[in-house]
Amino acid sequence: MALIELDDVRRVYDLGEVKVHALRTVTKQIELGEYVALIGPSGSGKSTLMNTLGCLDRPTHGSYLLDGEEVVSMNRDQRAKIRNKQLGFVFQNFNLLNRTSALENVELPLMYGPRVSPRERRERAMEMLAKVGLADRYHHHPSQLSGGQQQRVAIARALVNRPSILMGDEPTGNLDSKTSREVIELFRELNEQQDITVILVTHDQNVARNAKRTLVLRDGEIVEDTIDFQLAKAALEYDPDAPEPVDS
Amino acid sequence: MSFFDTVRIAFRALLKNKMRAVLTIIGVVIGIAAVTTIVSIGQGASKLVSGEFEALGTNVILVFPGQTRRGGARQSGAPTLTTADSESIGAECPAVLAASPIVGAAGQIIYGNENWNPKQMQGVGADYLTVRNWELEAGGFFTKSDIESNAKVCVIGQTLIPKLFRTVNPMDEMIRVNNVPFRVIGILAKKGANMVGDDQDDVVLMPHTTVRKRLNGSPMDNVGIIMVSARGTRQMGEAARQIETLLYERHEIGPSQEPDFRVQDTTEIAATLGIITGTLTLMLSAIAGISLLVGGVGIMNIMLVSVTERTREIGIRMALGARGKDILRQFLIESVVLSCIGGAFGLLLGTGASMCANVLINTYKPGTEWPMIVSLPAAMVAMGFAAAVGVFFGYYPARRASKLDPIDALRYE
Repeated sequence: MALIELDDVRRVYDLGEVKVHALRTVTKQIELGEYVALIGPSGSGKSTLMNTLGCLDRPTHGSYLLDGEEVVSMNRDQRAKIRNKQLGFVFQNFNLLNRTSALENVELPLMYGPRVSPRERRERAMEMLAKVGLADRYHHHPSQLSGGQQQRVAIARALVNRPSILMGDEPTGNLDSKTSREVIELFRELNEQQDITVILVTHDQNVARNAKRTLVLRDGEIVEDTIDFQLAKAALEYDPDAPEPVDS
Repeated sequence: MSFFDTVRIAFRALLKNKMRAVLTIIGVVIGIAAVTTIVSIGQGASKLVSGEFEALGTNVILVFPGQTRRGGARQSGAPTLTTADSESIGAECPAVLAASPIVGAAGQIIYGNENWNPKQMQGVGADYLTVRNWELEAGGFFTKSDIESNAKVCVIGQTLIPKLFRTVNPMDEMIRVNNVPFRVIGILAKKGANMVGDDQDDVVLMPHTTVRKRLNGSPMDNVGIIMVSARGTRQMGEAARQIETLLYERHEIGPSQEPDFRVQDTTEIAATLGIITGTLTLMLSAIAGISLLVGGVGIMNIMLVSVTERTREIGIRMALGARGKDILRQFLIESVVLSCIGGAFGLLLGTGASMCANVLINTYKPGTEWPMIVSLPAAMVAMGFAAAVGVFFGYYPARRASKLDPIDALRYE
C-alpha cells in the first residue's frame, strides 16, 4: 500500500455561473520516502493538488487514501488532526507568527496535537531548531531573522511533530539563490537521511531538478510522471496549441 | 491545546495591542462600576429602610381611630379609641407583647431662661418603652400610679439636654410646658434619626392622662393612636387579626358594618418602602446595565477587527492542526480575559464610588449610618456578569474565526 493513493480525484469550483475544473482527474500513488516535485504552468492545478494532498481542501470526486485512511469523507476536525499528525507545511512566504519567537513558532504544532508537557514541547522545539542550524536563534522573532533563517524555522515547525510528509508550496520563491540552495539541500538531507516524504510545488527548475520524481500538470491533469528531469522539462515546455514545427 | 496555553496566548495577543485592549476594557470597567455602585447604594438604602423599622420598635402595629357615622355623615379621624381599648389589647391578645395609648400634644418647654419646641411631645402609657424597644439612659419611667394620678412628670430625649439644660443634670429638674410644671424623672437612650431624617431624640414623654387633662384640657377618655408591639415578627399578622377581632367586639360592630378603627401593620409600610427602593435600584441598575451593554458591544467590535486582522494567523494555526474549536476557544477566551479584567477594575472602581457615596451621605446628613454593602456574593455576581458579557459578545467573532476556510485564510493579505 502506497502512502498516498489518489484515485480519479477531481476538484470543481462552483462559481455559480461557471464551473472551474481545477483538477480534471488525477490517479497517482506516492510511496513513503519519495521526493516529488509538482511543476506546471500557472492555473494548471498545482496548488489545488497540493491543497488536496495537504488535507487543506477536499476533492469533489474520487478517493484519496493517506496512509490507508480515506480523506475525502473526513470532516474539518478530522482533517485538522491528520494535518497535525501526518503533514508538515512550508510556504513561500514562510507564514510564521509575527512577534512570536522562533521557539514558540516551532512549538505550535505540538500545542494542537496530543497533550505534550510544556517542558517536553520546549525541548523538542529546541532540538528541531538545532537540527536546521538555528540553535543560536531560539528567541529571535521572525522580523529579526533573514529569509533563509525564517524558512528554516518554518521547516523546523513543519517537522517538529514528526510527520511522514513534508509539503512545500514554492518554498524557495522568496529566497535568493544561495539560501535557496541551502534550503533545497536541507530538503534532500531530510529525505535521504530521515526518510521523510517530500512533496514540493515549484516554478524553480533547480528545485525541481533536485527532486527524484517530477509530476507535470497541465489543465488539471498530470501529463508527465518521470524520474528523468529532461523529460519533465520537455513536457513542461511542450505547447499543444503551438503550430507543428516545419522541417526544412 | 490546554486551557493554560490558551489563556497565555490570549494575554499575549492582547499585549500586542495594549492601547486597544485598554480602551476596550474601559468600556467594561465603566459598566461594571456603574452596576456595582448602584446595586450597592440600593442595597444600602433598603438596609437603611429596614433598619429604621427595626429602630421604630420591634414589630410595631399601629391602631388608628377610623371613620364614624353620625346621623349619616361619615367623618374620619374621629376619636373612637380609648385607654380601655389599649389596656384590653395589651391584656387580652395573646400575640401582643405590649400596647400603649398615644396622645399628641404641642407646646413650648421652658427651663430657666431657655426655651425649646420639641419635635414630639407625647402622652404615652407605662408600657411605651417596651412597645418601642427603647431603653432609658438614666432615671425611671412613669408608673401606672403616675398615670392614674395624672402626675406631672416627664421623660426627655437626648436632644433636649444641650438645648435646655446645658451643663445642668436634668434629673429632677422642673420644666414648664404651657405653664404646667413637669418634673424630669428619666432620660431616654439615644435613638438617632429615623428614615425621613427626623431626630427621634427630640422628644418629651408624659403620662397620657396628664397630657389629655392638663395640657389638652380634654374631658374625654379618647386616645390618638394605640401603638402595639407583637411578640415576634412572625406574630405580626396574627396580632393584627386578634386586635381587629377584639375591637370589633368592644366597639360592637356588626360583620356588615364598616369598622371605626384601622389597624396598620408596619411590615406593610416596610414592604412598600422595600418595593420602592427595590424598584428604584432595579431601574437604575438597568440604566447602568446599558453602559455594560455598550462595553460588550465594544468588545465585540474589537474582536471582529482582531479576527479580520489575524485571518492569516488563523490560517497558519489551522494548517498546523488547530481545529475549529481550538480557534473558537482562543478568541472566546481572549474576549473573556478582556471583560474579566474590566470586571475586576470595575468592581474596584464601583467599591470606591460606593465608599464615596457613603462619605457624602454622612457629610450631608451626619449620623445616617448609611450602610455600605459590596458583599462577596455581589462581587462574584459582578465578575460572573463581566465574564458572561465576554462570552456573549465574544462568541460571534470567535465563531466567525473558527469557520474560516484554512486555504482562504492562508491566502489572506
